Amino acid sequence: MFGVGGGTSSFAEIEDADLILLWGSNARDAHPIFFHHLLKGIKNGARMWAIDPRRTSSAKFADTWLGLEVGSDIALANALAREIIHNGHADEEFIANATSGYAEFAASVEDWTPERASDATKLPTAEIRALALAIGQSKKVQICWTLGITEHHTGVDNVHALINLALLTGNVGRWGSGLVPLRGQNNVQGGGDMGAIPLRLPGFTDVSDAVQRERCEREWGASLPDQRGWHMSEMFDAMHERALRALWVIGENPADSEADADHARAALSGLDILVVQDLYLTRTAQLADVVFPAAAAWAESDGTVTNSERRVQRVRRAVAPPGEAHDDLEIIFDVAKICGHDWGSPDAEVVWDELRRVSPSHAGMTYARLSDLGGLQWPCLDESDPGAPFLHGRLWQQPLVGARAPFAAVEWRPPLDTLDDDYPFRLTTGRVIDSYNTGVQTERYPSPIRTGDTLDICRADASSIGVTSGDRVAVASRRGAIEMTIRIVEGLPRGLVFSTMHFPGAADVNRLISDAWDPKSGTAEFKATAVRIDRCASEIVAQ
Amino acid sequence: MIDGIEVDAKAGATIRSAAETVGIEIPTLCWARNLNPANACRLCVVEVEGTRPLVASCSRTVEDQMVITTNSARVRENRRSVLELLASAVELDWAESELVAHFVEYEARSDHFDGTKLEEASKIHDDLFAREYSRCVLCYRCVDACGDQAQHTFAIAIAGRGFESRVSTEFDVRLPDSACVYCGNCIAVCPTGALTPLTEFVMRTESTWVQERQVVTHTVCAFCGVGCNLELHVQDDNIVKVTSPSDHDISLGNLCIKGRFGWQHLD
Amino acid sequence: MPNVHFGNGQPTTREQEIVEQFLLEPERATHALSERVLVGGPRRATGIRHLLLPGLWALQDSVGWVSPGGLKALCDSLGVPLAEAYGVATFYELLQSEPPPEVLIRQCDDITCMLFSSGNLGVEGSRVGSSCLGQCDSSAAAVVQRPGHGTAIVTESVGASTPVVAAPAGARLLRRIFNGGATTIADYRSVGGYTALEVAIEIGSSGVLGAIQQSGLRGRGGAAFPTGAKWLAVADSLSSTKYVIANADESEPGTFKDRVLMEQDPFALIEALTIAGLTVGADCGWIYIRGEYTLSYARIKSAISEAHSTGFLGADVAGSGRPFDIEVRRGGGAYVCGEETALLQSIEGYRGEPRSKPPYPTSDGLFGQPTLINNVETLVNVLEILHQGPAEWRSVGSAESPGTRLFCLSGHVARPGVYEHPMGTTLGRVLSDAGGVAAGSELQMILLGGAAGGFVSPEQLHVELSFEGARSAGLSLGSGAIVVFDASVDLPKVVARVAKFFANESCGKCVPCRIGTQRQMEIVAGRSGGLRVLDDLDQVMTDSSICGLGQAASSLVRSARNLGVI
Ligand SMILES: Cc1cc2nc3c(=O)[nH]c(=O)nc-3n(C[C@H](O)[C@H](O)[C@H](O)COP(=O)(O)O)c2cc1C
Ligand code: SF4
Ligand code: SF4
Ligand code: SF4
Ligand code: FES
Repeated sequence: MFGVGGGTSSFAEIEDADLILLWGSNARDAHPIFFHHLLKGIKNGARMWAIDPRRTSSAKFADTWLGLEVGSDIALANALAREIIHNGHADEEFIANATSGYAEFAASVEDWTPERASDATKLPTAEIRALALAIGQSKKVQICWTLGITEHHTGVDNVHALINLALLTGNVGRWGSGLVPLRGQNNVQGGGDMGAIPLRLPGFTDVSDAVQRERCEREWGASLPDQRGWHMSEMFDAMHERALRALWVIGENPADSEADADHARAALSGLDILVVQDLYLTRTAQLADVVFPAAAAWAESDGTVTNSERRVQRVRRAVAPPGEAHDDLEIIFDVAKICGHDWGSPDAEVVWDELRRVSPSHAGMTYARLSDLGGLQWPCLDESDPGAPFLHGRLWQQPLVGARAPFAAVEWRPPLDTLDDDYPFRLTTGRVIDSYNTGVQTERYPSPIRTGDTLDICRADASSIGVTSGDRVAVASRRGAIEMTIRIVEGLPRGLVFSTMHFPGAADVNRLISDAWDPKSGTAEFKATAVRIDRCASEIVAQ
Repeated sequence: MIDGIEVDAKAGATIRSAAETVGIEIPTLCWARNLNPANACRLCVVEVEGTRPLVASCSRTVEDQMVITTNSARVRENRRSVLELLASAVELDWAESELVAHFVEYEARSDHFDGTKLEEASKIHDDLFAREYSRCVLCYRCVDACGDQAQHTFAIAIAGRGFESRVSTEFDVRLPDSACVYCGNCIAVCPTGALTPLTEFVMRTESTWVQERQVVTHTVCAFCGVGCNLELHVQDDNIVKVTSPSDHDISLGNLCIKGRFGWQHLD
Repeated sequence: MPNVHFGNGQPTTREQEIVEQFLLEPERATHALSERVLVGGPRRATGIRHLLLPGLWALQDSVGWVSPGGLKALCDSLGVPLAEAYGVATFYELLQSEPPPEVLIRQCDDITCMLFSSGNLGVEGSRVGSSCLGQCDSSAAAVVQRPGHGTAIVTESVGASTPVVAAPAGARLLRRIFNGGATTIADYRSVGGYTALEVAIEIGSSGVLGAIQQSGLRGRGGAAFPTGAKWLAVADSLSSTKYVIANADESEPGTFKDRVLMEQDPFALIEALTIAGLTVGADCGWIYIRGEYTLSYARIKSAISEAHSTGFLGADVAGSGRPFDIEVRRGGGAYVCGEETALLQSIEGYRGEPRSKPPYPTSDGLFGQPTLINNVETLVNVLEILHQGPAEWRSVGSAESPGTRLFCLSGHVARPGVYEHPMGTTLGRVLSDAGGVAAGSELQMILLGGAAGGFVSPEQLHVELSFEGARSAGLSLGSGAIVVFDASVDLPKVVARVAKFFANESCGKCVPCRIGTQRQMEIVAGRSGGLRVLDDLDQVMTDSSICGLGQAASSLVRSARNLGVI
């Protein structure tokens, strides 16, 4: 956000907020312990609005749940912005002091009357107005989101739409307000911070930043490209075009987790060489030429991870990895050695200290401090720096120090995978509480509350198709078809169906999903697939 | 003034915490660092000048000029009786070490009062939990952790009244049929072994649970971006249980099902 | 509020209807505005949680029990977690959580009824025992519950002659009842009803507070706390929301005076509570009536609605310009709910477990707001104080215990009933004014003050029944219960019954009381271990229990041991 890749706030801040917008996030199930902090906020008097097409388990705690149409978030956000401006609730002083592009932004939302937004979102105008009023009248607003915002072809614009709301009302850079993207995985934040994304160097600096590039080149004794690399979606396209022919996958299961899974598997199968490093023989590993059995990072090796509040914490080895499994670092060092580079013996702390030399934001985080302080939040510039509970406090300094925070006018574009008579239902995917990603690890412990590969649907739709809980159905999209088990649930509006993606073995949901991706982030449109649902042939025959 | 020591306590501090600041330890059972006490066990009673009954120091806040005695003969007799009453009704052989130590400290006899014991069959309804309410002292900690002090799931509550009170789901339905989400935050706060992870329960029953051989290593959960801290309890190079530090500000001792039980995939 | 999740028990249409019917008046908890908008959440659920107990009663009375389907429907609507609601339902004796028999008879076998019951009630059905039902003047009694027919009291009146209401030395509190009672507002007005309210409005809050303080009135609910000080504390609080509550949970064995007041003079309580509300600055009052008192409940409800239609309740009370309304709650059958903080928990929709004090209700009471709680008899005294003026009012009774007191005589007494006497009247006088021991028998022992009281031997009939008189004899007036035992009574059985009463009625929250009352019951019944540990039990229950129930649970046992009864 504004050139810094991380949520602005600490978890604890939500305990002091007066208004919580949980937007496109089912934190109750996906981030349960963050939700504990949120619940404290509610207990302390915060109001909560849940904005999500589904009435999720999180939404049950909301004062109001708004079940907007899938993919209409920008329409809602723009209309809220317009109402806030018209209500005179824009924080003009903050806008003037710390932001840029306001006039253009204000003009861009002017058309977004509540009526127009109501058409796009299918929400009543009264509720849109009420939410705008609530935002405008609250002092400390926290806006939290997850993949419900980002896994769209307009994912980056969706995020901008939320940032705009925060800038408009001055809800950033102060304790208790802020923008809180909740990370799905334990170290997505850390991976990005370390530079493990195509655009960045360690310390989340752009590859085009000559100073940083030089710092890394000096540290590593190698020259670095100044062009960004491919992101995942581009890599898969490149594999199809055979521009990418060798792949080393570390701790990821793209054969199951990529959108349009058939397409992804074909790409992986067509590689000259596929190396997979994982705890288990995943579907991806089964396609591999070479498999490196890896140690579980959180219990069998040492290192650090970074959570959604930018907090770096230590993970430690508690047990020995089984059989031939090795620490990720060891494997990488061994491969380097075979390639003719002896990096010495792998030591997580040595690697970390190297990172501290190239990333100023991490410079003050010694292993000793990380242990003693229960983690540190970046930026942490030196060993006396307590770290940063929240970011962008500078925006409140007068005169402003540093760059202005830009508004970004964004236009609503509905999902690409359109509904029509052939594909009349909207399928959206998400997590449940006891499972994780493609289930590689979580299918291996005996959860008593496992729901399995169900297709969740509301009672009205189920009866219109003529099915009930437990029935098998064929679910088809423009890309493929799979079989699933119907489960009738409360909290889904008509026309919307839901499934998890945790059971690719039983229900290969990602085969249905479009790999159309957001050109700005490379994220596919996981949340908005057009599908048709038919009773299975076998079921029909049986009747 | 506590036991003759002048104490300068913060407004709103409890007698227990004020005493702690000057190194006076008061025994507790229903109190836990990450919960508000139900003030049900009455082990922490102290004498407050001008108040006829004894006072629960875990809950009572200090007042100006209060004169408190934490260890008089009367206080000690009451604590002993509380322990003896518990021992007369509840199976305590798996209780946390602090409770065992209190028995020694107060010379409590486990056979002083005799009478009906809590007789409750073990409740094992799934592969993660064992519940044995014959070990339950009704400290309310699990109920509060499942309820509005942490988890807000409210799968369990106290049902019934008096000696017949029990921790129960609605109509005593099996745990998998209740609202339970298997976070195990109830297990984490249970001081008596009434609630145990099934892995621990099995090892204890088979007498292979050896606390002295266990080492605890701190790490971070791998299943989402929250970053809860984990304490891995390792015996003979195997993880035997996972808990969360009650003083870490992210999780305050709590976890979700993945954090507390997801480790079992390593076995 | 939470993941309300229901393992089993889908509601039937009938159960759904009952709940919907019940919720017609108050707004439903989770409010679906459309398929895409829902208003709900914890805040809303907390705000209407107090509807849980009445909702459970609606199920009990209509379905005959708190059925899984009915409870699910109720919890769904109110946003109450199912396990918690079940915990609440199972706290109360009168709410059944198992399929009910066609007719359930809860036969009182407490200290008075145990003397008389022939078991011949004129109803057949499954029988279970019960704590005192507050019908000791027409003992023996039972509660009958039938699905679809609610809850009713039946009595067989085999004890003695018909119950009386008497004031041998002149009536104050019982004035109207002597004139046949006043159950309609017209009757009440015709005997001077609502003139105390006029006085109160005229002299204003400070005037009323002054009068009550000068009167020296002390609480009649058992603790004898100075009433004026309590009123002042609530009146002085700056909070904008306050409550006043009439404690009509009367459940002390041998006690039935509040029932007689409510059944025959319901407006007196309503008028007094209205005065309390106006005086301390509360807009809302509550009357918490024990669940077995169905007639009291009906009379109070109808009196409230009459008071409403005549302008004595509502937005502008009797032209004062001040609003005041009264909500009535029916207890679920739990003695401990008479303890003031347990009562608050019960109204709020939680288990009736006492809170730790301090903070006291006067600062942190109902829904966390400053709250005045008084016993019914205490409140009715306020009318007399305002009528007569404090000086005249305190001209009877003693300096420390001014005014009159209602005594409930039952057991082997010639004319059981409610008697009004000046404080300080001797026990012997009170007994003889009730005709003495029932004909043909001889006094063996008197139980003064109910289960939480003590035994008085025939040698102590000179004891003066005032707070200080009782105290100096090592006794307590308690609730004003006086149970008379003739020579035929097996007193150790009475002691055992009282021990059982406490074990049954302990809420179970704190260890000393939960396990202590159980052990005491077992020992006194001779079922286990010797009497040697009774001293230890006495000490730990008295010193370390949270509330008055546990603190007083050994008082009769102690008294019995001192007198050599056991
Ligand atoms: C176990 C227990 C039961 C009680 N039951 C009653 C009761 O039924 N009615 C009552 O007025 N007070 C009862 N009390 C006393 C109340 O807690 C409280 O003192 C009283 O309502 C205050 O009113 P007063 O000041 O007018 O007496 C009980 C106390 C205890 C400890
Ligand atoms: S595991 Fe969690 S949800 Fe289940 S009873 Fe325990 S605290 Fe409640
Ligand atoms: S099960 Fe454990 S935590 Fe729960 S009340 Fe009993 S002893 Fe306490
Ligand atoms: S315990 Fe649960 S909430 Fe905490 S990090 Fe692990 S998965 Fe996330
Ligand atoms: S620790 Fe204070 S009452 Fe239990």
